Amino acid sequence: MSQPIDGNGRPMPRRTPISAPYFDAAKAHRLILPRCPRDGFFFYPRNRCPQCLSDDWAWEEASGRGTLHAFTVDRVGHDPAQRSRLPLVVAAVDLEEGPRLTTDLVDCAPEDVRIGMPVEATFEDLDGETLVLFKPSARSPTEATSSGRGASRSSRE
Amino acid sequence: MAKRSAALVGFTEWAPKRQWDRPMFGMEAAAELAAEALADAGIAKDEVDGLVIGGLQESPLFAPLAMAEYLGIRGHFAELVDLGGASSAGMVWRAAAAIEVGICETVLILVPSVPPPPEAGGSPEKMIMPAYLMGDAWGSPQSQYDIPYGLVAATPSFAMVASRYMAEFGVEPSTLAKVVVDERENAQKNPKAVFRGKPITIDDVLASPMIADPIHLLEMVMPCFGGGALVMTTPERAKRSPHRPVFVSGFGEFVSHKTVTYMPNLTQTPARPAADQAFAMAGARREAIDLASFYDCFSITLLLTIEDAGFAAKGEGGRFVLEHDLRYDGDWPLNTHGGQLGMGQGGAAGGLSHVIDSMTQIQGRAGDVQLRKADMAYVTGVGGLMASHVGLVLEGA
Repeated sequence: MSQPIDGNGRPMPRRTPISAPYFDAAKAHRLILPRCPRDGFFFYPRNRCPQCLSDDWAWEEASGRGTLHAFTVDRVGHDPAQRSRLPLVVAAVDLEEGPRLTTDLVDCAPEDVRIGMPVEATFEDLDGETLVLFKPSARSPTEATSSGRGASRSSRE
Repeated sequence: MAKRSAALVGFTEWAPKRQWDRPMFGMEAAAELAAEALADAGIAKDEVDGLVIGGLQESPLFAPLAMAEYLGIRGHFAELVDLGGASSAGMVWRAAAAIEVGICETVLILVPSVPPPPEAGGSPEKMIMPAYLMGDAWGSPQSQYDIPYGLVAATPSFAMVASRYMAEFGVEPSTLAKVVVDERENAQKNPKAVFRGKPITIDDVLASPMIADPIHLLEMVMPCFGGGALVMTTPERAKRSPHRPVFVSGFGEFVSHKTVTYMPNLTQTPARPAADQAFAMAGARREAIDLASFYDCFSITLLLTIEDAGFAAKGEGGRFVLEHDLRYDGDWPLNTHGGQLGMGQGGAAGGLSHVIDSMTQIQGRAGDVQLRKADMAYVTGVGGLMASHVGLVLEGA
């Protein structure tokens, strides 16, 4: 096993040269995404765009807003290292910018989770890295569907 | 025009067991399975010139070569298939393709799945079943973007698919439970089934503990140890075999992702492109099959396969399973061996059980559950996190 763990025994991401800016931004409680000039945003970060395999993409600030696409409530701890967090809402969130990512939904009772609910990014600092989590959005569902894209700002040299 | 260039002629299958009383290394199990399958096929060992396997714990590097050396096979084709639960079905079409192009004539397909002997002080039942699905090496996307969030193992992934499907199409939990109950009925006739003697009701399924919403305990396979093997050969040699040859008359495969989050559409599985390819190759209509033997790691897997392989319209899988009796004596027999849900999942050999279910029927060896007409079957394999799909059209000679 080579997955690093934090002080509580939870698995942590181990950054790579390509993913380092993503994890640096998360530490600053910001969500950034790679954006290809032809094919738009993608997730997860990788050296080449998964549509056109070009390498001229750039990091851009993301809105942190999204919609809950699918979820499960882990009742037993499929990863024993997560058992202190049960019941754990593991989710797939569709970001406003388009890509979908894996996350946990927090600040929401499992029985209140609804597919399609608006959510927004929140951050959890582990020992050394920060996870991008999501929580129910304060916005109304109408705002959730009509809001525009976040400010664009290249952060890749 | 259906392909008639490679035929399955023999098999062996070990009953899945929770506790394995005869621990052995993978290569040792493979050798026993090979001997049994060749005896069943009436094929001499020195006729074997091809080999397809899954992984070998004790010799992961160059595994097909290690296997060939151990079995004393000198051949022209040695393949390792790594598609998760779709591996067994994937092995079958790769062997058929190798025979069709003429690189070899007789292929052993070996799927051992037993625990190794105990080490000094170790547990005999320990087998490497990584929660992290081997995605935890530095640099893997899974280790950075999925594992830290608790998305590990198969159940939470299939549960996400199920939650999305239920939200989009409104299927009732009792409908998913009905599939499990029908399969369990079939398992009552299978001497190898772990759940023989234990029929269940829809209420039993719904009352079983919630493991990962919306998946209940009884909607999941029971993980077991086991093993199986197949022998495939040319149509000419198949005539010398004691059993009715089973042609691999069409096959299809489709992959697009490993982790469920990155599935382009969570309710559209790779079953569709794989089935379209398989039935087109076989020149067969869906209605022509006598048996469906579909990979069933979870109840939702069956519902989505029925829809996406083209047996029901999208969103109509629930109605389909309610309108049809899926038992061996019903109007749309599914997994007459009880499926993995009823039989137990003999590790990697669980996927092979669907091929063997169809062979057993087509060869007329199904005993109490023998179908009156069994000439064509459709077999599926599902691997990764609803990620790889293989479909096989099998036809009796």
